[in-house]
Amino acid sequence: MSVVVRTIARILVPVALLFGGYVILHGHLTPGGGFQGGAVAASAVALLLVAFGTSAVKGLKSPFAVLEDLGGVAFVVLGFLGIGYTFFFNVLAGSGGLFGAPVAPGPNPGFLNTGGTLPLMNWAVGFKVIGGLGAVVVLFALFGGGDDR
Amino acid sequence: MIGNVPFVVCMVLVLLGLAALLFRRNLIKVVIGLKIIENGVNLYLVATGYVQGGVVPIWTYAPPDAAMVLPTPQALTLTSIVIGLATTALMLAFAVVIHRHKGSLDGRKVVELSG
Amino acid sequence: MKRWVLLAAFLVVAGSLLLGAARMRPFGAPRLDLMDRYFNALSQGEAATNNVVTAIVFDYRGYDTLGEATVLFTAVVGVALILRRLKG
Repeated sequence: MSVVVRTIARILVPVALLFGGYVILHGHLTPGGGFQGGAVAASAVALLLVAFGTSAVKGLKSPFAVLEDLGGVAFVVLGFLGIGYTFFFNVLAGSGGLFGAPVAPGPNPGFLNTGGTLPLMNWAVGFKVIGGLGAVVVLFALFGGGDDR
Repeated sequence: MIGNVPFVVCMVLVLLGLAALLFRRNLIKVVIGLKIIENGVNLYLVATGYVQGGVVPIWTYAPPDAAMVLPTPQALTLTSIVIGLATTALMLAFAVVIHRHKGSLDGRKVVELSG
Repeated sequence: MKRWVLLAAFLVVAGSLLLGAARMRPFGAPRLDLMDRYFNALSQGEAATNNVVTAIVFDYRGYDTLGEATVLFTAVVGVALILRRLKG
């Protein structure tokens, strides 16, 4: 693409990644979550492909595949953490440790250190969605031939 | 009071997608029609959970003494959106392969099961 | 001929959908909301989360999310299988 598109893409790709990370990180406090933030961050990959052509994303296929596998495995492992009670039991909620602060009922400003295993699951699913959608975008690009348009 | 107008609007969206599905032969347009149907159904599900005067079901800075909309349809709509995304990726991949093999995107040319 | 059959089927489906939507309960007044009121009231205590939708997606209905992740994985594998380069 032209130099205007490339310059704007160089500015917008970090912004998109940062906003996706914010949506994933605050998934248990504000609207959003792992899927939505992962989709936002994966749109950065599509922008990279549109601006810089196939050669810019050619090497990203294997890292995205590994990222999706790691996200899925982390999600299942976090589900198995609660196997002492039931599968997917929220063992970290209210335990006082990592993400374990109790929440007072009713409206509150929202504290990041709450939620138990839910923020960790948000990150696992977010990485899974980034890897999956990024791999799909890269696969479509690679199948279409190597022309840099 | 707006009565049942949101439900009817969702069904009009579904019918638009169904019209594209029935009367168009281009495979990309068929995929777009399926996406319009899916969006109409998702909108219908979210509209099902609306409570009169309700706010979003999030307690961060929630206004006190306000009713909240039902959260379960929203969670299931999230699931539906992700599954629709996966199926759309698969359908577009099939369309790309059909275009590569047949040289056109006409849906009538792929009814025969020639290899 | 075939086009008339399609048009008749479309009109039948359109009439049933629009009639069903018009005869539904009033917008904004759900009849059965016991489960949703339970989630809204107690998800802060049980899942320690402000976002009730996230609590449902990842805690109360975690199996749904597991199946959803499986569907996403299957779709990526299917796209990778369909779009493989046949010659080299």
